[in-house]
Amino acid sequence: MSGREEFTFLVGGPAGAGVFRSGLVAAKTLFRHGYYVHGDNEYPSIIRGGHQWMMVKAAKREVYAHGEEVDAVLALDKETVARHRGRVREVIVADESVARGLEGVVAAPLMRSVREVGAPSVAVNMAGLGFVLGLYRGDVGRLEAVIRDVFSKKREVAEVNARVARRAYEYAAEAAGELALEPLSIGEPPRGKIVIDGNSAVALGALAGGLSFYAAYPMTPASPILHLLAELQKEYGLVVVQPESEIAAINMVTGAAYAGARAMTATSGGGFSLMTEALGQAAMTETPVVIVEAMRAGPSTGLPTYTSQADLRFVIHASQGEFPRFVLAPGDPYEAYMAGFDALNLAWKYQVPVIVLTDKYLAEGYWTVDEPPRLEPSEGKVIRGEYRGEEPYKRYKITPDGVSPMAIPGTKGALVTANSSEHGEDGYGSTDPEVVTAMQDKRFRKLSGMIEEANGKGVKTYGGGPLAVVTWGSTKNAVLEATRDMYGVRVVQVLYLSPFPSERLSRELEGADRVLVVEANKTGQLASLLREHLLLEPDGFLGKYDGRPFTPEEVEEWITGFMEG
Amino acid sequence: MDHGIYGGVIVVAEKFDTGRRPVWCPGCGNFGILVALRRALARLGLEPEEVVLVTGIGCHGRMSGYVRANTFHTIHGRVLPLATGIKLANPSLTVIGHSGDGDAYAIGLGHLPHAARRNIDVTLIVHDNMVFGLTTGQATPTTPKGRITRSTPYGNPEEPLNPLFLALASGATFVARGFSGDIAHLEELIVRAIRHEGFSFLDVIQPCATFFNIYREVRRRVYKLEDEGHDTRSLEAAIRKSLETERIPIGVFFETKKPPFRENFPHAMSPPPGQRVPRSVDLSHVWSRYR
Ligand SMILES: Cc1ncc(C[n+]2csc(CCOP(=O)(O)OP(=O)(O)O)c2C)c(N)n1
Ligand code: SF4
Ligand SMILES: [Mg+2]
Repeated sequence: MSGREEFTFLVGGPAGAGVFRSGLVAAKTLFRHGYYVHGDNEYPSIIRGGHQWMMVKAAKREVYAHGEEVDAVLALDKETVARHRGRVREVIVADESVARGLEGVVAAPLMRSVREVGAPSVAVNMAGLGFVLGLYRGDVGRLEAVIRDVFSKKREVAEVNARVARRAYEYAAEAAGELALEPLSIGEPPRGKIVIDGNSAVALGALAGGLSFYAAYPMTPASPILHLLAELQKEYGLVVVQPESEIAAINMVTGAAYAGARAMTATSGGGFSLMTEALGQAAMTETPVVIVEAMRAGPSTGLPTYTSQADLRFVIHASQGEFPRFVLAPGDPYEAYMAGFDALNLAWKYQVPVIVLTDKYLAEGYWTVDEPPRLEPSEGKVIRGEYRGEEPYKRYKITPDGVSPMAIPGTKGALVTANSSEHGEDGYGSTDPEVVTAMQDKRFRKLSGMIEEANGKGVKTYGGGPLAVVTWGSTKNAVLEATRDMYGVRVVQVLYLSPFPSERLSRELEGADRVLVVEANKTGQLASLLREHLLLEPDGFLGKYDGRPFTPEEVEEWITGFMEG
Repeated sequence: MDHGIYGGVIVVAEKFDTGRRPVWCPGCGNFGILVALRRALARLGLEPEEVVLVTGIGCHGRMSGYVRANTFHTIHGRVLPLATGIKLANPSLTVIGHSGDGDAYAIGLGHLPHAARRNIDVTLIVHDNMVFGLTTGQATPTTPKGRITRSTPYGNPEEPLNPLFLALASGATFVARGFSGDIAHLEELIVRAIRHEGFSFLDVIQPCATFFNIYREVRRRVYKLEDEGHDTRSLEAAIRKSLETERIPIGVFFETKKPPFRENFPHAMSPPPGQRVPRSVDLSHVWSRYR
């Protein structure tokens, strides 16, 4: 299994040209050649026209993030050549019509392949993939198989596209000989691995956690969760609703959860803003709801299709009053799956709202991760069927751990009285100072269990050394890639941001002589949490807020500055 | 004892009484709705465990403290999405929403047409006192133009909304108006609204004794649709009736049959989401998509 260790590919073109599909086909094809792959895209918020690209990095080892350079570019238009020329190491491929007059671009007979096969012109991207694969002497059979899978719903389209790809692949033989690029290795896909995006992973994690009700209003970058669950609803027995607003979505989810269903919604910061009042309602009524917040760059509509980690403080504090909540921040699709699963279990175990905080880069990016295990959800303190208690059922009964047995409406012998106004144990409204204090204490009594959960699962450390780089969410990927070959650096990832795993994090930071923080926002929100909870002033903070994920190069350069000092 | 005799069967409304004394002002129209609702529930032969009341924020929202049933006292304006979630999660529950005119027609209006066109099988009872009661008497979307309220000291500058017309235009499959001053008639309307399969909309004129006492005026202008041979199957006739301004028609304006929303989810209903104990799910079939 000789062949190159690494290969980075970029496909670019106008919106509507199938750029993402091409990128996905490329990623899977490389995966099936035996590589670990990572894919990430960039696009403006328009449907036709406007430049977009997807980049795929493949390596015979774990790949976390993209560097700035690419080996090969497939340009579906001239703009792609102009924009990405500077980062190309090996080759730019374009159709003859695009390449005309451009220096250093391989003019490939892509449209010719399309015409010869009698395919529609949109298939030109598959011709491009076939040609590039030909230049790198990959296995066209694997490419064809991926095309058949990706277009599985339209068999004829799949066949035509596969034929186009093969034709262009054959055309590449001559150029391949001249260019003599280091060929791809052809092996078997990494064992037990899958290539998956964060959105799909969090949705499937929730399914594993017993999800049965999903309501969401479309908002980039969270919409793919809605699309996937809508598609899977019949197979997995889900109710999936697209309501009139995020306010409706969160209230439907709250109603469904009150009625006994494991329910979730997803949105981005703007939709989450609309949900904040109902977030407090879920807390006050102790209804287990899960909200996925996939961050994009704000304020306001901001950069709808670009990434950011600037909503951390917002989700931790959102809604009036004080109440315990979980905020889970996975950094890759495997963790996103686990977070989707854990979110439902934690919500039902503690009867609190749980927010899964992702971002555009994680939500829409692809990584090669272990196929997640089958998991066993647990029901929590739920009463179904019949209530057989001695005393009349009280929805908000005060208990040592703060969690009251939760009957589901319809349970014989129990009336379930939820109240968004302050209330006594029986759910009836109360303003009595003793009752008010007792109920707020009861709700906060859940916190000690919640903190234990956070200290248990909320921090991960990679490597060891006196220099600690603390990060969270998808930014861990650039940090891991950047520090892969560094000596004396430990990367510390915080996965539970509320409640904050102070004790665990202190432990993980023991012996560090310097603590740096890297996160994709301007003000250093995780850094501020270290100050708040650990009374620790970070020795350095690297922020980024241009909508793009960190590159390993910029992180590496920044960290290196601290090593020399 | 609160009871009535229907077809020789004595129906006791007490089982829907929490025994708490309502804190509404004396003479408040909410009393009439409360009594009519309890009687209707009893008449329908329902058990408190089978009923869920979702109440909004306002004087009307206190209903959840006085009706012995499952209750969810939600935030201002969100009765309908809450009720929708409950009904979809467990269609065997009888779900009734109680909203105010501020709750349903001001802050929560965005939900009404959608609940109607979805035909979600819940009943919405709007306690329409044409005023914000709980916040001490400001204008709402149904306050008549020119009316002086605390927020409109020079007269309400806005035209009122016509909720019945809106509900009809939105595709509600049951549209009715009641009057809290005619409890027996209202009880009948509530029974019919709950029995109706699909979205039932019931606007109830509920005079606010403190901030907008219009009992006398309403009594003078009100009449019953059924007394005048109104055809409840005709949308056109219903719309015409909804546009009437001089006299105030009460009764059923419109009723039609359409599949309720849950019928779109037969794949998720045995058992429905709310009655499922979470179990381990086999996702192996899905993983193959990601290779
Ligand atoms: C989001 C929000 N805005 C404002 C309020 C304050 N508020 C409480 S009740 C109410 C008006 C209620 O009017 P209506 O729905 O007609 O109920 P009524 O008291 O007349 O029964 C308002 C504005 C609130 N609770 N929540
Ligand atoms: S303010 Fe009006 S609506 Fe509220 S309780 Fe008093 S009379 Fe009833
Ligand atoms: Mg009112």
